[in-house]
Amino acid sequence: MSNSLKIRTGMVLACLVLALVSLGPTLFGSSLPDWWRKAFDPIHLGLDLQGGMHLVLGVDADKAVESRLDTIVDQSEDLLREKDVTFKRVDRLPGERIVITVYDEDAGKQADAIMAESFPSLEPMTLTADGGYIQKNYRLSDSEIEAVREYAVRQALETLRNRVDQFGVSEPTLQRQEDNRILIQLPGVKDPQRAIDLLGKTARLEFKMVMENANPQDAVAGKLPAGGQLLYERRVDPRSGTATEIPLVVESKTVLTGDLLSNAQVRIDNRFNDPYVAIDFNAIGAKRFDQITAANVGKRMAIVLDDTVYSAPVIRERISGGSAQISGNFTEQEATDLAIVLRAGSLPAPVNILENRTVGPSLGQDSINQGVLSVLIGGFLVVLAMLIYYRVSGLVANVVLVLNVIFIMAMLSIFGATLTLPGIAGIVLTIGMAVDANVLIFERIREELRLGRTPRAALEAGYEKAKLTIIDANVTTLIAALVLFQFGTGPVKGFAVTLSIGIISSLFTAVIVSRLIFDLYLSRGKVNRLSI
Amino acid sequence: MQIIKHDINIDFVGRRKLALILSGIVILIGIVSLVAKGGPDYGIDFVGGTLVQVKFTENTDAAKIKDSLAALDLGSVLVQHFGDDANEFLIRIQKTTEDRDLSALVSGSLETSYGKGSYDIRRLEMVGPQVGKDLREKGFLSVVYAMIGILVYVSWRFELRFAIGAVVALIHDVLITLGAFSITGREIDLPIIAAFLAIIGYSLNDTIIVYDRIRENYGKHQKQGFASVVNHSINETLSRTILTSGTTMLVVIALFIFGGGVIHNFAFALLIGILVGTYSSIFVASPVLIFWDDYRAGKRKPAVAQGSAK
Repeated sequence: MSNSLKIRTGMVLACLVLALVSLGPTLFGSSLPDWWRKAFDPIHLGLDLQGGMHLVLGVDADKAVESRLDTIVDQSEDLLREKDVTFKRVDRLPGERIVITVYDEDAGKQADAIMAESFPSLEPMTLTADGGYIQKNYRLSDSEIEAVREYAVRQALETLRNRVDQFGVSEPTLQRQEDNRILIQLPGVKDPQRAIDLLGKTARLEFKMVMENANPQDAVAGKLPAGGQLLYERRVDPRSGTATEIPLVVESKTVLTGDLLSNAQVRIDNRFNDPYVAIDFNAIGAKRFDQITAANVGKRMAIVLDDTVYSAPVIRERISGGSAQISGNFTEQEATDLAIVLRAGSLPAPVNILENRTVGPSLGQDSINQGVLSVLIGGFLVVLAMLIYYRVSGLVANVVLVLNVIFIMAMLSIFGATLTLPGIAGIVLTIGMAVDANVLIFERIREELRLGRTPRAALEAGYEKAKLTIIDANVTTLIAALVLFQFGTGPVKGFAVTLSIGIISSLFTAVIVSRLIFDLYLSRGKVNRLSI
Repeated sequence: MQIIKHDINIDFVGRRKLALILSGIVILIGIVSLVAKGGPDYGIDFVGGTLVQVKFTENTDAAKIKDSLAALDLGSVLVQHFGDDANEFLIRIQKTTEDRDLSALVSGSLETSYGKGSYDIRRLEMVGPQVGKDLREKGFLSVVYAMIGILVYVSWRFELRFAIGAVVALIHDVLITLGAFSITGREIDLPIIAAFLAIIGYSLNDTIIVYDRIRENYGKHQKQGFASVVNHSINETLSRTILTSGTTMLVVIALFIFGGGVIHNFAFALLIGILVGTYSSIFVASPVLIFWDDYRAGKRKPAVAQGSAK
């Protein structure tokens, strides 16, 4: 054996051993020692194979800007009152604008001074006033709008991550994408509907005082008192399961929000065995809750989650411990999920589900079975065809083909790539195409043999001449695969991955490994005939 | 064993006009179908919508399922039989609502009609219109980018005329496959774009191998004339072309038959694409070279005539 042959044999064997070792955890799983399983991950299966959910949520960042402006409106009203400035009203207008309407020039100047001091992010805008009033316009600066939107998406990602973590899915993926979108992948999720409910909820918890003197029926008819807001309380009859919605007029001003919570937990009511959610405020929240309850004994306070009233209990006495409870005909599951979203915090802006792809575990398993079956049948047919057509050389091509599949799987495992159903199709296609390189070489060798060359010379010439063709042909396919990789999402990316890996692997196996096998065969002595 | 005798010499190039007419007719049929149906039949990936795959334990049919969903008022609802199982169906809902409870609604209606546990929602896909539009743009661009990348690589490795021939063949293949999808009423969705790119890759693979031989032979037998060299090269590589296409077809047919419903259209695209791709590397990509050569010679001739008259 020549030195070059020894080196090449060693190299190929080393690759094979590495490939087999890396595939250990995939094939044998937990029966292997720890160090082995730690060194190599088993091949990741895509959501279409193991079942699971792929969600793209769009964060409504405009809403975050609106609510930021609403906060400024509230705060500026308070500030103007504090400084004894007489004003008619403060409004939010389209175009990220706030308008303070005052009666005279003097109050306008005062308002300008207060706003400039308290809200440096607002740009004053001079607009002509009409109707005898003076309108002071302020616009949120572009950089501030951008900052609010950016913060909303970042905060939403953080909150969703918290919720997913508490939901109990192994290896979830959360990723921020362009255009204020968030990609969430939940492999193997059992109850997709619950996941959607949990993730899609804004979970904005607000406490508002009930306007006792307002008639809810009038409000439904459209006669809403100033500073009031019409909300509905949802009651579910525990026996029939039918839901009724009861109108309720509350003050639009929020007295306390869920931002000041420190904990939320499910408890069971001793009397009726009804689950409820016990909430604890943090220090600031507890202090404010204490003040509010002290000032409003005997009145009703509505507990509002995402504009739905959960309950509106009467404040019987001052509550100073900083804890409260939310009850409202929950099932235990609903109570648990409510506690989760309250703990994880509210989303800074509502989210919309832009894309939802859910595959049940039974379909995933079917897909795996069918995919594997196609690989086996397709592979068997190819192996048979090669044997019939090229005899012993066909056998070499088949050995190489098997190695090829092993190498592809090993690379998937080593690079931590994800195997999807189109990915399996990519492997099937690669099997068909991997043979091509060998066919090219064998046809060349046949041509050379017909020209009367010795087996060794024909082999040399065949490999030499076919090599460039093979590289050119494969690089062009690789270009298509790489474009696909750039573009691809989910399953399609899986196809690009296996196709690219497959091309690289077939180049290696066809040009180097099959050549090596022939060389080893020829090195044994003088060979007169090549079975090809 | 040999399927193709090594000294075979079929006059492919001589039949290039016939091939041109044949390709033209097939492409035309596809385009007529596309126009008649108002463009490709995009799946929910590209236009948005909701798709629910349901498997029932009892016998049922599409009409009954549609009836059970009628009360929901979901707009255009299409129920189709799906896959090999007699009681597996696809429900397509055009409504692209961001209504969170669409799947719950469907599930609820089915539960009322069929009873709990008698059906299994195996897959649910909801794509919003904006995401659909984005995916459609990206998909189209990716095919264009792949073609540009290939054009650049082939012109670098060969010559520009080879690159043009290759890309003409690719467009030919994609058009025919698109037409086949339209005629058989199959939807174009995300994996089909992947299949198109795979077809592009495969067809090109075939074309490059013939081109490589043309380049090699042209150096050796320049006297025979370009058309003859091209024809000779196609014949020399014919054995390989048939064998490789054959083995690839074997696996794709396996995928088509055994791969299951989810991947059925994907395998169909590959099946058509590989057939057409093999044909095009013989009858389209190489003849384009000759047409190009003839065209250039036609332009050169008057100049030569002038030269000799002097």
